[in-house]
Amino acid sequence: MRLEIKDLHVHYGKIEAIKGVSVVVNEGEIVTLIGANGAGKTTMLKTISGLRPVTSGQILFNGEDISKMPAYKRADLGLSQAPEGRGIFVGMSVLENLEMGKYNRKDRKKEMDEDLEKVYHLFPRLKERAFQAGGTLSGGEQQMLAIGRALMSRPKVLLLDEPSMGLAPLMIQNIFNIITEINKTGVTILLVEQNAQQALQRAHRAYVLEVGNVVKEAKASDLLNDPAVRAAYLGTGAH
Amino acid sequence: MADMKSRLNLRDRGAEYWERSPKWRRVALSIFFIALCYAIPFLNNPLINTPGSDFRSVLFYPVGMYVMMAIGLNIVVGKSGLLDLGYVAFFAIGAYTMAILGTKTSLNFWEILPIGVALAMLSGVLLGTPTLRLRGDYLAIVTLGFGEIVRIVAVNTDAIGGARGIAGIPTPPNFFKAKFTILDPKPYYWLLLTFTLLIIWMVRRMAARRPGRAWDAIRQDDDVAQLMGINTRRYKVWAFVLGAAVAGVGGVVYASQILSIVPDQFNLNVSILILACVVFGGIGNLWGVILGAVLLAFTPERIRFLSQPRILVFGMALVLMMNLRPDGILPKKKREHFDPDWHTVEESGEGEIK
Repeated sequence: MRLEIKDLHVHYGKIEAIKGVSVVVNEGEIVTLIGANGAGKTTMLKTISGLRPVTSGQILFNGEDISKMPAYKRADLGLSQAPEGRGIFVGMSVLENLEMGKYNRKDRKKEMDEDLEKVYHLFPRLKERAFQAGGTLSGGEQQMLAIGRALMSRPKVLLLDEPSMGLAPLMIQNIFNIITEINKTGVTILLVEQNAQQALQRAHRAYVLEVGNVVKEAKASDLLNDPAVRAAYLGTGAH
Repeated sequence: MADMKSRLNLRDRGAEYWERSPKWRRVALSIFFIALCYAIPFLNNPLINTPGSDFRSVLFYPVGMYVMMAIGLNIVVGKSGLLDLGYVAFFAIGAYTMAILGTKTSLNFWEILPIGVALAMLSGVLLGTPTLRLRGDYLAIVTLGFGEIVRIVAVNTDAIGGARGIAGIPTPPNFFKAKFTILDPKPYYWLLLTFTLLIIWMVRRMAARRPGRAWDAIRQDDDVAQLMGINTRRYKVWAFVLGAAVAGVGGVVYASQILSIVPDQFNLNVSILILACVVFGGIGNLWGVILGAVLLAFTPERIRFLSQPRILVFGMALVLMMNLRPDGILPKKKREHFDPDWHTVEESGEGEIK
């Protein structure tokens, strides 16, 4: 399942947030978009999942242009997002949150137990907390829930928006390990991160986004050693 | 202290008692309360009586009417989180349908009722489809405008009586032994009560199934609901339309009792008061909303002997209440732990909105 974004432009009112970005995510890859605050990373993901309208350009999902399709239909195609800030339904239990991830699956009753088992296997903590309100979870647990919920719809492509945001270092390691594990089960991942170090270590390829433009595109391991990237995003370059 | 608080928390204790009760006790309690509701017009208790106005009329309007409307508005505001300040418009459309068709055609109440409801629902679709892409305050402003537009159009359309309204609206035909006349409000009360019970049943079924889940999700986070594959526009329009249908029923019944209507009965105050019932009682919680509507409708009538200052007293009581219990009298239960056995959502396709 290949996701291809061609010459994407997105506006907030008159301000152009994305200025002609092209990104390719091949099947089975982890691709990361890194960049500073305001570079347009979250806007990219919101546009791909359909929460922001496209000004011009194409979003090809397995060759089909989905740039005009409403968000809820894109979810049905197998495009699933764990949104920025996790977006947990705080008044629902953990289990109910996970069930919401299956809301539109036709075979949800048949699939439910099997998929719950998979998610609980990845995140045993969620099983312990199944009947607790989503709002009572810690930040790390909420992130697990957001990813788990996104997996419930059996996505082909998973969009992750800043999964490390606001988490303790140990939890960040934990979350990234699981992201790698999910990828190994065949889920293609597009990862947006400010934590460039972790993102570049885990991803196959990476794009560097600066104020709405892609300024660099390379293998993730190459970018890890790129002096300019190190200086700008890894905080270790200026020697 | 915490123990004291939990002991005073009648809502949770009541809910727990209900959840733990065997089925026979639930049925018995339900029958008892329903019978009590039907028997209220016969009660002559000085505590609940309304000196200064006819108690039985008060039961029909405002009490019964407010309860029904508050349940309807709660679908829109409480369940799906859409702030509608023009709810009275749907009530007016129901009432005007009854008035126009009742005086100009030979259709009777029972034939007009579905037409009134259908027209209210249609106006809900017409208003909802373009406006529900707006959020929060913007939606409130547009709906407020809609409520006023309906009233002003009625004032300025001579074909439907203009500012003088419509008089001589027929009463419903007699129903077995119940005679619907202007002199006896009891049958109207029972009619309204029956409709209200049906609506409660319907709302509870919906809330426990997929539409309820979707509304829940939309209220909490519209964007994330879309990511879950929920067609949020459609569910929001449906919430709007169902709320409109309830107000439509209320309007038709109201017009058939009151015999004559004028546009100024359907002013902004009604929308605000119904919204106050919902918020005062406990937004999103059906029983709280009903209690809020009963109190807000009944209290001004009960203290009518105070004459002019009663509105002041009423207003002070409101302010006091909202300070003491900002979530309403019977707020929705804040759930932190979910008993696995109480897992309420039945995963069934029934009641699915397509």
